[in-house]
Amino acid sequence: MAGQTLYDKLWQDHLVKSREDGTALIYIDRHLIHEVTSPQAFEGLRLAGRKPWRKDSLVATPDHNVPSEASERAGGVAGIRDEVSRIQVQTLDENCRDFDVVQFGINEPGQGIVHVIGPETGATLPGMTVVCGDSHTSTHGALGALAHGIGTSEVEHVMATQCLIQKKMKNMLVRVDGVLGRGVTAKDVVLAIIGKIGTAGGTGYAIEFGGEVMRNMSMEGRMTVCNMAIEAGARAGMVAVDQITLDYVKDKPYAPKGADWDRAVAAWSQLHSDDDAEFDAVIELRGEEIEPQVSWGTSPEMVVAVSAQVPDPAAEADATKRAGVERALEYMGLTAGQKITDIKLDRVFIGSCTNSRIEDLRAAAAVAKGQKKADSVKQVLIVPGSQAVKAQAEKEGLDQIFIDAGFEWREPSCSMCLAMNADKLGAGEHCASTSNRNFEGRQGYGGRTHLVSPGMAAAAAIAGHFVDVREFATQLEIA
Amino acid sequence: MKAFTQHKGLAAPMDRANVDTDLIIPKQFLKSIKRTGFGPNLFDELRYLDEGQPGQDCSQRPLNPEFPLNFPRYQGASVLLARKNFGCGSSREHAPWALDDHGFRAIIAPSFADIFFNNCFKNGLLPIVLDEAIVDQLFEEMHAQEGYELTIDLEKQQVVKPNGETIDFEVDAFRKHCLLNGLDDIGLTLEDADDIRTYEAKRREQAPWLFDAVK
Repeated sequence: MAGQTLYDKLWQDHLVKSREDGTALIYIDRHLIHEVTSPQAFEGLRLAGRKPWRKDSLVATPDHNVPSEASERAGGVAGIRDEVSRIQVQTLDENCRDFDVVQFGINEPGQGIVHVIGPETGATLPGMTVVCGDSHTSTHGALGALAHGIGTSEVEHVMATQCLIQKKMKNMLVRVDGVLGRGVTAKDVVLAIIGKIGTAGGTGYAIEFGGEVMRNMSMEGRMTVCNMAIEAGARAGMVAVDQITLDYVKDKPYAPKGADWDRAVAAWSQLHSDDDAEFDAVIELRGEEIEPQVSWGTSPEMVVAVSAQVPDPAAEADATKRAGVERALEYMGLTAGQKITDIKLDRVFIGSCTNSRIEDLRAAAAVAKGQKKADSVKQVLIVPGSQAVKAQAEKEGLDQIFIDAGFEWREPSCSMCLAMNADKLGAGEHCASTSNRNFEGRQGYGGRTHLVSPGMAAAAAIAGHFVDVREFATQLEIA
Repeated sequence: MKAFTQHKGLAAPMDRANVDTDLIIPKQFLKSIKRTGFGPNLFDELRYLDEGQPGQDCSQRPLNPEFPLNFPRYQGASVLLARKNFGCGSSREHAPWALDDHGFRAIIAPSFADIFFNNCFKNGLLPIVLDEAIVDQLFEEMHAQEGYELTIDLEKQQVVKPNGETIDFEVDAFRKHCLLNGLDDIGLTLEDADDIRTYEAKRREQAPWLFDAVK
């Protein structure tokens, strides 16, 4: 019999019951909650007279609707100017109070984007099953966990039963071997993967990211890659546990301590695919071949290297795809054959659950140091992913580097990734964004998003158009 | 949840691949704390010529005359014909809520994104996967014939065309059972509460650090 994949092991470890109809009850260890996808679930519990099955599995924080602008943020929940946003955050407060759920409130030290605070507090750990009413829950798979997004009905289901009804997914291995060139980051790796397999390439699969590039990647980088597994269609992405994982998790506030730590490490050391494990699909990429990536269209698969040109729909044989390219070019205001480096930016956003961790801010600051944003760029937002990331960045003086460059240093929130707070693009504006989705209207009505790494975003902010961060860095003599 | 047994309704097109849930229901409408009322904002950015805001009276807004769902011939449609990877992106259940609130009961496409597909079943909305060639044909027939109605028989797992021709489709046995009977799956899972407790006790013993860490 073939060995087990990492996903097989995580599945097996959480299997409560297999049912005759082919479904299974899977136990959930950690359930993260935010204000947007939870109110109807709490209401459902109330209407049915139910209580959370295991309160200590729940951790809540507001992130999508909270203002990033310091003066508005200073007023706390009551200070949120948008009434509908305020009600939603207030509702989370009330629900957490009524159901006695631990919440990191709007201006408390633990607050941040759910997918940033989970790993950084140790609330999410290797070997866990992690869910949240948010598709980017795949992020936590970087720890060697089985983590995926769920809808609001399932949020209610997990709160009420601690379980999910699931069918096992298929196994996919995405192996990135070799080494990455200087200036090429985890974001470029995952965009290149999505460009290769498409936004439905991982549908029905759990993806394990492996190979030399992943093994050498930092935890922050692995989170960036797993975060966007959903953009490749896979609900769950994951990376095997190794020393890098253990070094990251150790001493996190909610991580096991003492004898429990030793027991946990022994258990977690099994969290890798066996040498003879069989995958239903294997995708291979070479690290050396990956260049800094820029998305040009309205789907994350519409991505090319910064040295390339906007594609020509005429070259697309499939009619539906061709229509998609034509529509994307029209929406984006781009022409076939245009050089990516000729695309001018109106705004730049550095943040989101994809790229708002300390390593991301360091990469952006390395490019921005001693520079000024281009006059033609109206706004550059730097939005740290959590209060802890913000504090660390300020300790390192990164905030001052950004402010000196004419960037805006904001408060932890999802911000312009999906524009549920006041941060949004105007119609027709082009944005270099470190977020995860370039869908029509995602960052604001009529807004045009280009997905890039933090270094590429900072370089674009300074140049006013896309530039290859590798050349830019050479000019700046950044090692 | 409302049951789905058999449904006959007018078909309407959403003729593009990779329709994401941001397109189905834009983010500003996700601020609602209710499950209902999303229908008028379904496909908001395609349906209207202006930018929609929560709480607006949509009947006063300028409609996009080029958007097929605004065509008189598709008014009252309840079966949506769609393309590959429908419902990709965000996990927002507001997407099926909006489709349901607008009056759709079934969506036919060559493929769906996983989370959206799952969310549909929780809301009495039936997503049906058919071969791409068959979907192409349905699109053609619908375009050719005004008032093109499809009957969906979940019990028999068949789509019935106006000429009586039938197309079989697959559906997961558990989901079919829940949909046919309008069952609340929380109640069903709680029937296995003893199994959950047994598992939990074992897990607490094996991995105590997973319990009571966050208080």
